[in-house]
Amino acid sequence: MIFATVGTQLPFDRLLLGLDSWAASRPGVHIVAQAGASRRSFRHIETVSRLSQDAFLARLQEARLVVAHAGMGTILSAAELGKPLILMPRRAKFGEHRNDHQQDTVREMARLSNVTVVDDGEALHAELDATLARGFEAPRTRVQAGCEALDPLLEVVREFVWNQPQCKGTGSRLRGRQSA
Amino acid sequence: MLKPKRTRPVILAVSSGGGHWVQMQRLKPAFAGAEVHYAVTDATTATGKDAGRVHVYPDANKDTPLRLLLCLVRLAWIVLRVRPDVVVSTGAAGGFLAIRLARLIGARTMFIDSIANARELSISARLALGVADRVLSQWPRVAEITGAEYRGAVI
Repeated sequence: MIFATVGTQLPFDRLLLGLDSWAASRPGVHIVAQAGASRRSFRHIETVSRLSQDAFLARLQEARLVVAHAGMGTILSAAELGKPLILMPRRAKFGEHRNDHQQDTVREMARLSNVTVVDDGEALHAELDATLARGFEAPRTRVQAGCEALDPLLEVVREFVWNQPQCKGTGSRLRGRQSA
Repeated sequence: MLKPKRTRPVILAVSSGGGHWVQMQRLKPAFAGAEVHYAVTDATTATGKDAGRVHVYPDANKDTPLRLLLCLVRLAWIVLRVRPDVVVSTGAAGGFLAIRLARLIGARTMFIDSIANARELSISARLALGVADRVLSQWPRVAEITGAEYRGAVI
């Protein structure tokens, strides 16, 4: 099963149409998509508008391949599960998002070993063909949950929560009064 | 404002759905030992043992001013009810609003910008810069050019 998701906030029909047209010639491939705010109907892929957090994770776990907009929830969850992931960034010029931050996201996330980035429907078709030809081969490495960047972040949050200011961040109440 | 003495800090963790929520989940180990309340936009996250401490607020952004107002009112109610010692947010707009409100009752506040913002801070993070005690970017380069701090990342 291929699981596709474009989040739930804004439509992203460019990706879904690309997937739908590819699926038209691949009747044997089951594609489920969380279509979010899309108002279109699609003939060759199964769509649900919105999945609960648990249902979303279940679909992700089941999937042999994930196709998505460059949403961090999907990227982080797919990386943790070691799922191959094709990303297509939303573009502001097509009215797909308020800005082009998904472009920035994919530039950075392309270095994750499970991620491939495509810019349009044509590139998506090519990548899907290649992935299918490989038999959805598993991604090369699995991103570890506890990586070297996470530990210092957890440490700084923990210190902040328990109010052990090793660095700046004291005098919060004073500043609170001022900004109030 | 005087609060009854608490043995452990009360945290209000505020996040929109999707990636913001997933990033908050990854921060969970840092909350160990504290009393944690979650304010979220996605009601389906309210499952399991956390359910009692999950508060839902409407999702909004700068293009939906009316919902933003609803969001503000609802978050004000949540902040007053939970009376957190600490507010931590991974964004987006609701996180900034919660931090702004929480400052009024003297809470310590931290805004962690989403790792999605790899080249510049989000609008919410930029607004939080003048309000929150700590604003963190998950990208060293972004921190350098904006006045936010880099202290690591969720991935």
